[in-house]
Amino acid sequence: MKIGMNYLVQVCKKSWILAESEVRKLLHDPTELVTRAIQPILWLGIFGEALSKVRAIPTGDYTYMQFITPGILTQSVVFIAIFYGLNIIWERDMGLLQKLLVTPTPRLSLVWGKMGSAGVRGLCQAVIVFLFALVLGVPLILTVQSVFWVVIIVMLGAGFFTGLSMIIASVVKTRERFMGIGQVITLPLFFASSAIYPITIMPTWLQVVANLNPLSYMVDGLRSLLVTGSLTHLPIDLAILASVTLLISITSAYMYPKVVA
Amino acid sequence: MNDENLITVRNLKKHFGDVKAVDGISFEVKQGSVFAFLGPNGAGKSTTIKMLITLLAPTSGEATIDGLDVVRNSAEVRRRIGYVPQLISVDGTLTAYENLVLMARLYDIPARERVDRVKEILSFLELEDQGQSLVRTFSGGMIRRLEIGQAMIHRPKALFLDEPTSGLDPVARQNVWEHILELRRMYGTTIFFSTHQMEEADEMSDAVAIMNTGKIAIIGTPQEIKAKTGKQEASLEDAFIFFTGANLKEGGNFRDARRSRLMEKRLG
Repeated sequence: MKIGMNYLVQVCKKSWILAESEVRKLLHDPTELVTRAIQPILWLGIFGEALSKVRAIPTGDYTYMQFITPGILTQSVVFIAIFYGLNIIWERDMGLLQKLLVTPTPRLSLVWGKMGSAGVRGLCQAVIVFLFALVLGVPLILTVQSVFWVVIIVMLGAGFFTGLSMIIASVVKTRERFMGIGQVITLPLFFASSAIYPITIMPTWLQVVANLNPLSYMVDGLRSLLVTGSLTHLPIDLAILASVTLLISITSAYMYPKVVA
Repeated sequence: MNDENLITVRNLKKHFGDVKAVDGISFEVKQGSVFAFLGPNGAGKSTTIKMLITLLAPTSGEATIDGLDVVRNSAEVRRRIGYVPQLISVDGTLTAYENLVLMARLYDIPARERVDRVKEILSFLELEDQGQSLVRTFSGGMIRRLEIGQAMIHRPKALFLDEPTSGLDPVARQNVWEHILELRRMYGTTIFFSTHQMEEADEMSDAVAIMNTGKIAIIGTPQEIKAKTGKQEASLEDAFIFFTGANLKEGGNFRDARRSRLMEKRLG
């Protein structure tokens, strides 16, 4: 496949068009944002507060609430993204997907359009988590620089898990099976990461898994930006997230048109 | 130019493992004609349409649209065709206007033409007043019309419609067909549609192909096909039964059944 400059411009233009129309849908009916806000609020307000009191988890110089906030943000972004595959199956069942696939739109744009849309929903979650953290009095580093990189990490992380879920959708093909798999993989992804406890307290085998889990790099990046302010890991986190997201974009662009077959 | 073939299919096959969904079919569709594609569920109609509209690669054989191979020149073919799937392909959570603009942008219609083109289509569809309403508030007939408008926004040479009137009441059905035929008159668009409504195929089409178990059982004008049954006053329905086996086999699987019922619920 020849990848010229023109092709890349086309891909970006069409991705933008598709992501924009997804955001329009959200603007027409924003109730979804309200219902999605409930889960992170419960995790922070109940789980976080409870475990803070127990002081069972060693989190170094930071409070448990500081530790867990980037983890909960990551979790809510990933939960949104991982169910995008369901959206693809639904669009296939409706006929929307077939119609889009018959237009001269590059396949990669259809993937990036969905990724962009998941990213925007993820950013709405970030706003909610930040506001609620402020309400609870959790100190976070919110500067122009940190917010800028948080936006990048949320978009990349949402992108990766959207791509992954589109690949799963193209393999399982039906809503029922997708729901099953979605449920089965989201919690392990969350638990086998540094989202709610440090990797160092895990058994060795789980540490290996956690280090292979892209979710851990998302948490690590967000935590260094929002809590510790020590940015030595940030370039590595960004590089890993960017590469896995690119890789999964290409795989997904190749795989998911098969969902209509 | 009306005698030229827009669509040419040569010995087209699609096998899924041992199942020969499409088993070596050949036919032509004349430019500007209305072509009805009939057959029981599971005959291979959908698979054939998917291959023609570049969604599925054939196992062997070839198909060309406007002289372009649907596999090798898929990108060019996509600019020349419009497709209205059987189910609802407009987005209920967007307005009619937004749905049309989205398609116009995906087909690279320049910004200065876009607004005019969208307005023109809305007025053609008699939906000017509903342009800013969310599509989920529309009736089944309005949705179908909007879908046809969406698939025509780039003025394709061929419009593919998969059971365009199933789930619609007779009035909406009539109205949808008036719009399809008007588009053909205005732009010379070739209309390729599948249906289970025999009267519709008989009344609307210049040529009919009946598919059965992966092959073309018969092809011709509705009159020719009816005549070939050898019976006086045969209807197209009689011919359909004659050429696909005397019994109307129960076809389709659970998914098909669920889809068609869901659709009727949504359109109804």
